[in-house]
Amino acid sequence: MRILAHVRSLAARFLHRSAIESEIEEELRSHIQLRADDLERSGLTRATAERRARIEFGARERLKEEVRESLGGNFVETLAQDIRYGVRVLRKSLGFTIAAIGTLALAIGANSVVFGVLNALILRPLDVPRAQNLYEVQYGAYGKADVSMYHSYPDYLDLRDRNRSFESLIAYSISEVGLDTGDSPSSVWGYEASGNYFDALGIQPYLGRFFHASDEHGPNSAPYLVLTYAYWQNHFGSDRSVIGRIVRVNKHPYTIIGIAPPAFHGTLLMFTPDFFAPIVDEEQIDGENDLNIRSTRWVFGVVGHLKPSVTPAQATSDLDSVASYLEKNYPKEDGRISFSLARPTLAGDFLGRPIQAFLTGLMLLAALILLAACANLGSLFAARAADRSRELALRLALGAGRGRILRTLFTEAMLIAIAGGAIGLWVSVELLSQLNGWQPFSRFPMGVPIMPDAKVYIVALLLVLVSGTIFSLVPMRQVLRTDPYQVVKAGRSVVGQRTTFRDALLVVQIAICGVLVTSSFVAVRGLVRSLHSNFGFEPIHALIVSTDLNMAGYKDAQVPAMQKHMVETLAALHGVDSVGVTGGVPLDMGATSTRVYSDRTADLRPANAAANPYMYQVGPEYFRAAGTSLLSGRTLSWHDDQNARPVAVVNREFARQVFGSEAKAAGGFFKRASGVRVQVVGIVEDGKFLSLTENPKPAMFLSILQAPSVKTLLVVRSNGDPQQLASAIRRAVRDLDPGLPLYIDTWIKLLDTPLFPSRVATVALGILGTMGAMLSITGIFGMAAYAVSKRIRELGIRIAIGAQARQVLQAALGRPLRLLVFGSAAGLVLGLLATRVLAYIVYHATPRDPLVLTGVVIAMALLGLVATWIPAQRALAADPLTLLREE
Amino acid sequence: MGAQAQLLPGTLDLLILKAVSLGPLHGYGILLRIGQISGSALLIEQGALYPALFRLVRQGLLKARWGKSDNNRKAKFYELTAAGRKRLREEADGWNRLAAAIASALAAQPEES
Repeated sequence: MRILAHVRSLAARFLHRSAIESEIEEELRSHIQLRADDLERSGLTRATAERRARIEFGARERLKEEVRESLGGNFVETLAQDIRYGVRVLRKSLGFTIAAIGTLALAIGANSVVFGVLNALILRPLDVPRAQNLYEVQYGAYGKADVSMYHSYPDYLDLRDRNRSFESLIAYSISEVGLDTGDSPSSVWGYEASGNYFDALGIQPYLGRFFHASDEHGPNSAPYLVLTYAYWQNHFGSDRSVIGRIVRVNKHPYTIIGIAPPAFHGTLLMFTPDFFAPIVDEEQIDGENDLNIRSTRWVFGVVGHLKPSVTPAQATSDLDSVASYLEKNYPKEDGRISFSLARPTLAGDFLGRPIQAFLTGLMLLAALILLAACANLGSLFAARAADRSRELALRLALGAGRGRILRTLFTEAMLIAIAGGAIGLWVSVELLSQLNGWQPFSRFPMGVPIMPDAKVYIVALLLVLVSGTIFSLVPMRQVLRTDPYQVVKAGRSVVGQRTTFRDALLVVQIAICGVLVTSSFVAVRGLVRSLHSNFGFEPIHALIVSTDLNMAGYKDAQVPAMQKHMVETLAALHGVDSVGVTGGVPLDMGATSTRVYSDRTADLRPANAAANPYMYQVGPEYFRAAGTSLLSGRTLSWHDDQNARPVAVVNREFARQVFGSEAKAAGGFFKRASGVRVQVVGIVEDGKFLSLTENPKPAMFLSILQAPSVKTLLVVRSNGDPQQLASAIRRAVRDLDPGLPLYIDTWIKLLDTPLFPSRVATVALGILGTMGAMLSITGIFGMAAYAVSKRIRELGIRIAIGAQARQVLQAALGRPLRLLVFGSAAGLVLGLLATRVLAYIVYHATPRDPLVLTGVVIAMALLGLVATWIPAQRALAADPLTLLREE
Repeated sequence: MGAQAQLLPGTLDLLILKAVSLGPLHGYGILLRIGQISGSALLIEQGALYPALFRLVRQGLLKARWGKSDNNRKAKFYELTAAGRKRLREEADGWNRLAAAIASALAAQPEES
């Protein structure tokens, strides 16, 4: 109620403003009359007396102003007045206003977008109760070679039961299954989750029930399915009767028991699942039973709430005691291990650290953009203040307080800041909601869940206030030092001749731009290189046909038979050059690694391993279809089956690490963790397996007949049209088995996933770099144009007495250009330092690249040329005659 | 006119209250009255008076009404409110204490040893 009363009194004051005004006016008139009466009595004529009284009284307008101010509460009134005045002034110089608002909108927009993403991915906790003390248990520690978020299921059980720091630990893995809800089977993605998953997270079902720890009774004992709200809505039209319905998961009957609440998408931020199933059903879901195998680390995440009184450091040392228990009891499987805690939402430190580093770096760059924009606007405002010095001096002379004038300028700056901020925020919210629905990969339900929340708006508002303050402060000094007498007499401000402060601003701004241009060049160059780097296979002219035989119910010996059948069928298709089967292709989602030992090693504990190579199960012709070149020996054949001696093709790095050289590796033996001796029959080139930024990694290719895989990828090499070929393949496979879910795409398209980070980095840096370049151009342009216009008379005189074009240009533009060179050099050096962060994400992001260096220098030079072109033309066109006539 | 002293900050309000306490006055009258009661020792800028008057009215220490001056001109007359009277007493006491303290401090003689 008090606020209401206040508002009413304010409103009343507004309405009665004119009444108060006229009352003040009347009182002052009466004062002057009374004084004049006295003066008249002392012998002056009435007219002289009144004039004298008025002069004695001084500036009436100023007095009225002070009276108004002393009335208090009319801050609002003055503000309204300032705003009206500001809008009028800004509308008078529309070009300036639009440029300023546009600049700021871009800068604030960029900051809001980057902050929005940072907020969504890093700052905001997972949308579950008590998310602050939710941690992921990581195998190894960040920065060490063996760090991984994967665990084996028996290790998870020990972690769950033996730790004393967590309320409870949950485990989950990500899986793709063939789900048959009555019509045709489709492949869907979801979580295999431990029984305590929902209870530990504190999630309640939207409909039906969840599965619990009490439902777990050994392998395949809990055929229950929980659907996510989105999947239920899209595929069952929110039909409540689905609860209790029996569907087929990889041909096995499962009961839909519940629907998760709409806001719950599991424990990973960027993955949007369709279902949750108990992890004890791994065999039916993944086609393999690893529940009792301690040496296979496949559980993707182990997550839990810390107990209220336990700190992360205490939890880590508690986990270390579990680690030493595991080491003591399972020396062969676990060996010397350690655990560490990590953020749960981005797959531990694996994605979390690079994403955090990248976003922090991006935020820093965006902040630099804003700073550059402020510097730009600051010098624009200063130049304007200098041009308006006559007007300001006049106002000062008429009795306006300096404070009042500063406030007017501040109001103008704030109007621009608010308008720019509003536009920038609007654009960024639009952009963020576009990003929110974006699914970059067709094969995998991955997205970036970004909903701008209050924090984004608050940060944008703060940025508006801070930037408005910064760039309105720049011209303040100038106003404070303005001497009205001098200005009115000389016709132009005496201050503003020395522009050292603005020079410094411009150098800073150019340096910032240099940083951005350098980093975007490094990123672009890195991306180009990663596209042309040697993958160890040839993705062009190859299709990948992906299926999971487990989804269609194939078992044991049926699997290799079907695979061989598929290879033969596809190889017979028109235009197909070669077909190879494999359990997985390099640079696809995840790569399995396993320990191998030198043949002489008897004690197969992890510490004695000779290497930890990536493992692929491939069929004959795979290398030919994939375009991986064989360096020596032979490839695999259909005869390398269960009855033959175990063989492998290894890459060069494997040969170097395990045998010391390629020559020793040929025909040599090594041991797998199971103790099986494997003979190397061929050596192939090195390649990329997990990410484009990795160093050469060892890899071995086992025969798919000796190491079976239900996951079946067929590499089909053909020069034909991929579209036609894909439909031909689809028809052919449907003839073999109509129930087999297929995913077909070009290999190039599959590489979108590994290339995604560097693409995002390049686009983001490119946008920021372009913005930085634009800001620099306008900054240098403003400076140069101003310098030329200030000195146009001098230039005219120079031309009149016969100066050459070169000399004129040097006089006019020497200073801005020197600043440009200085700023670019500083920016280049800083930019090269900044690219260290980039090395996380972008392949070969090295600053020591002559092409990058020359590129940056040329870009900055071009930038200077563009920015000073028009001022230079103006300087050269200075016509002494016209100028002198004007004088 | 003798030597004129600069007004100390904050003393204008006190002088106005004192001047008005002797009877309702208009703005010009207050200026004259202050000159008269201070023996023309204090100079008040005409411009400084009105903001102070408006402020005192707003604080509820003075009330104002329109009336006729001695020579029949329309003028706004100010008089003390109860709060104004109280404030005058307090301020005057404070001022007197301060003045006495300063006077005695300035009157101190160096001690002869």
